[in-house]
Amino acid sequence: MNRRDFLKTLALFTGVSCFPFVFGQTRGWAGRVDSLGSLNSSNKRLIVLMLRGAVDGLNVVVPYGETAYYQNRKTIAIPPPGGALGALDLNGFFGLTPSLKALKPLWDDKSLAFVHASGSTDVTRSHFEAQDFIERGLPSEARLETGWMNRLLAILQGNSNPIQAISFSRRITPILTGNVSVANFPLSQQVGKSLPIDKPELMKAFDSLYQGNPKLGAMYQEGRLARDTILSDFQSEGFHQAMAQDQNALEMIRANNGAPLSTGFARDVVNVGLLLRKDPRIQLAFLELGGWDTHVGQGGVTGQLANRLQPVGEGLAALARSLGESYQETVIAVISEFGRTVGENGDGGTDHGHGNVMWLLGGPIKGGKVYGTWPGLETEQLYEKRDLAVTTDFRTILSKILVEQFHLSPAQLSQVFPKFTPVLSQVSGLI
Amino acid sequence: MVFNWNRFFDFHPFKRIKINIQLILLFSLLCGFKGQVNAEADNFPPLSPEQKILHVLNRLTFGPTPAEWTHVKAIGVDAYIEEQLKPDSISEPDFVTLQLNQLETLRLSPLQLFDEYWPKVLASRAEKKAQNLNKEQSPVMQVEPKEIQQSQQKRQDAGIIIDQARQARILLALRSPRQLKEQLVDFWFNHFNIYSAKDKNRLWVGAFERQAIRPYVLGRFRDLLGATAHHPAMMVYLDNDKNRFLGPSDVQGKPKGVNENYARELMELHSLGVDGGYSQTDVIELARILSGWGVCPLNSRPNLSSNAMAGIPVDPYLPSKPAPFLYPNGNGFCFNPKFHDPGTKVFLGKTFQGDGLMEGERALDLLAQHPSTAKHISYQLAEYFVQDNPPPSLVNRLQARYLQTNGSIEEVLRTLFHSPEFWNPQVYQCKFKTPYQYLLSCLRATQTPVTTYKPIYGLLEQMGMPLYNYLTPEGYKNTQVAWSNPDALMRRILFSYQLGQGAFAAQLKGDRSPGEKIPLTPLQTEPLKDVVWLELSPKSQDAIHHAPNKLWVAMMLGSPEWMFR
Repeated sequence: MNRRDFLKTLALFTGVSCFPFVFGQTRGWAGRVDSLGSLNSSNKRLIVLMLRGAVDGLNVVVPYGETAYYQNRKTIAIPPPGGALGALDLNGFFGLTPSLKALKPLWDDKSLAFVHASGSTDVTRSHFEAQDFIERGLPSEARLETGWMNRLLAILQGNSNPIQAISFSRRITPILTGNVSVANFPLSQQVGKSLPIDKPELMKAFDSLYQGNPKLGAMYQEGRLARDTILSDFQSEGFHQAMAQDQNALEMIRANNGAPLSTGFARDVVNVGLLLRKDPRIQLAFLELGGWDTHVGQGGVTGQLANRLQPVGEGLAALARSLGESYQETVIAVISEFGRTVGENGDGGTDHGHGNVMWLLGGPIKGGKVYGTWPGLETEQLYEKRDLAVTTDFRTILSKILVEQFHLSPAQLSQVFPKFTPVLSQVSGLI
Repeated sequence: MVFNWNRFFDFHPFKRIKINIQLILLFSLLCGFKGQVNAEADNFPPLSPEQKILHVLNRLTFGPTPAEWTHVKAIGVDAYIEEQLKPDSISEPDFVTLQLNQLETLRLSPLQLFDEYWPKVLASRAEKKAQNLNKEQSPVMQVEPKEIQQSQQKRQDAGIIIDQARQARILLALRSPRQLKEQLVDFWFNHFNIYSAKDKNRLWVGAFERQAIRPYVLGRFRDLLGATAHHPAMMVYLDNDKNRFLGPSDVQGKPKGVNENYARELMELHSLGVDGGYSQTDVIELARILSGWGVCPLNSRPNLSSNAMAGIPVDPYLPSKPAPFLYPNGNGFCFNPKFHDPGTKVFLGKTFQGDGLMEGERALDLLAQHPSTAKHISYQLAEYFVQDNPPPSLVNRLQARYLQTNGSIEEVLRTLFHSPEFWNPQVYQCKFKTPYQYLLSCLRATQTPVTTYKPIYGLLEQMGMPLYNYLTPEGYKNTQVAWSNPDALMRRILFSYQLGQGAFAAQLKGDRSPGEKIPLTPLQTEPLKDVVWLELSPKSQDAIHHAPNKLWVAMMLGSPEWMFR
């Protein structure tokens, strides 16, 4: 019986007596969890950040050693390291775009790695289908309606709690859709603030409406439990102190970069880090950011893409910091549905391509290295003579992480990524 | 609050119908999360006359109102269905027409909108760019607030178009008695979804709905397919304006310049469906057939804005005065033979000689008549109006009706509304409302007056369903699994509370000065006594009965039963 079944049964067959523990003190509830099954002894985490719209990986981790890169990108290329506006050298061949300089210290500390020329085998160049592939972990023709993170969650069950996986979004994203229930909160400063629905009088009224409801009773309880848990985490005194410290740290990261932030991502993502640090029950988290479809006026060292990347770099640096000690047990994977064309188009932008770069951060990552096989950028080396080829399947990278982080067996891996055989040797040493 | 409990319970369903609560719970569980309905309805109590009325109102309208309830009670369920299938037989109330007439951008054609507002969009973009450049060059320098204001003003000027389009859509959905038609506007717009923030569609999204969707929602599917294919907004959204034949094959065996984006979605989403039996070669062949379909040259022609101001729609691309080499249809769509692939194509097993615009029309005929299209459309209508995972028996019957009637949406729906599957007691309250449906049903049931529409739009955005702002062409899903999640439920309960307290109604009053606080008037329970109260289970009614009065409205509109239609 999985947790949803359990809650349904609870909702169906138990009376009012179960409600005090569900809707009373959160502490009481936590005690109850212990009696249901002990809390996870391991604090291993996985956070996935999806950049929707296909970020231009060639301008994130720049192959400055390739002449073809500069031949193909007359106005938008990132200059080689050296000048004031050049890439930040990574290994003598690749350089990091200066908009992500907030991440450079993590590279130097060897907890940031990249896998270049990676991605899915999707050939449609359609955002819709390619995102679907990444989130379900399956080609679009495969008929399985669940996301791979939900299938992973099903395997990690045994320490049931309402916030084992959180989608920081307004909906349950396809990647976390499935049979096991998941909490969701939009990523904003509002997370953790009390609302009128948290007033005891209102809770009591709605508890009585939803108690035992066969269609929505369980979902209501999950929503209520998740709210209570998050509120209690956020409103604890330690949390406020940590938050204040981390907001200061964030201010410093910002100040070092000069310009003000263009989005609230860096500010809001700190809450995620603090929450994970505070509450070891959260094991999987999903975040998403849109706006990477830079067909027109992409810019180079400065401009549209640079402006969007900068807060992501700052946010990830702040997230790493706010995770505190738990950063040592966390892997953060940054992924996008496909890469963009090697050549720049007539509008100073790039079109839908194929291979991209995956970013990996966290204590367990053996960083300071660009993994993968570089296929080259000469025309005949490209996928369909226009795009960076994919030499490492994204599922291989994720499989490697799941094996090391959560000790998944080959059989369990094939539940997460059915009909796929990872070639773990392609990323040996990554984690 | 004046409220008479005795009256409240007079029409209470459980007084008249003996229903075993546990049976209801058990069987609604069957109907439950995945929308799977057991085909054997034997053990389900038949719908009461009241439930039949509510069922029809739930499915044919954006939610029952006291007035519609009385109306259906008077004329009967079958007559009501017939009336809704013939929307022209129902007159639009004067106050609705009057409000629509005040929305002046609704009268402009795509070309007029372009001439009137595109320069403003460009000017505001240029200013924004200049400001960004300033910021980059000297991060400390502050941009003059006045410049920001001007730029925002220009953006707002163009933003008025989409504001008015949203206002018209929501006004009609809330107040028009042609409710089935309004649901179908939502359904078909979503079926042919376009994204309002892409390029010129910030000007054209409303015109697309008015010109290409609204006139055909109950007509023949071929007309919808044709109208959307001939609209510049669709051409821009799915890049067919860039589908330009520039010479024979490149590496992929596809002619140079041919863009397959629209051709692919036209089959996958608009007609055949993803399993409709077409190949990647068919995608390329259809793209070749549709090469040259696009948007008229928008600059280099007389400006229409002064005419637009005078209210005279003059269009140099009217078919009577064709510009050389272009085949315009008067709304900004042009076929340009210079960019059309003249070669022979084999599409879905049929040979198409290169003969310009007409081969595209024949391809649309072929798609509209295709059994896969009939099935795809039937499935979607059944999913929207009957249940998630609709039974194959129903889909097959609708498909047959579609093929018999040359794709008449009215006939397919008539069959649907009289089908045993639609009247199966198990599908009563089985469809989880989308955020759009939930919000509208609450505002309709409470008859909340609306002067300003922006808070409604804002709430839809918060609930994850911003109007005209779904990015990708598949449109919003309408199944429970897509919309029910713990956070969404908490959000709806919060909204029902704010609505009940009068807080949302206060936001919808337009005539307040900035900072002015309007005293909140809690909503009355009385108007909800038929339409909402009767939808509630005896258990929910009992829970409400035991709660403080001031929470009744919130509890009714936040109840589990009201989440469904």
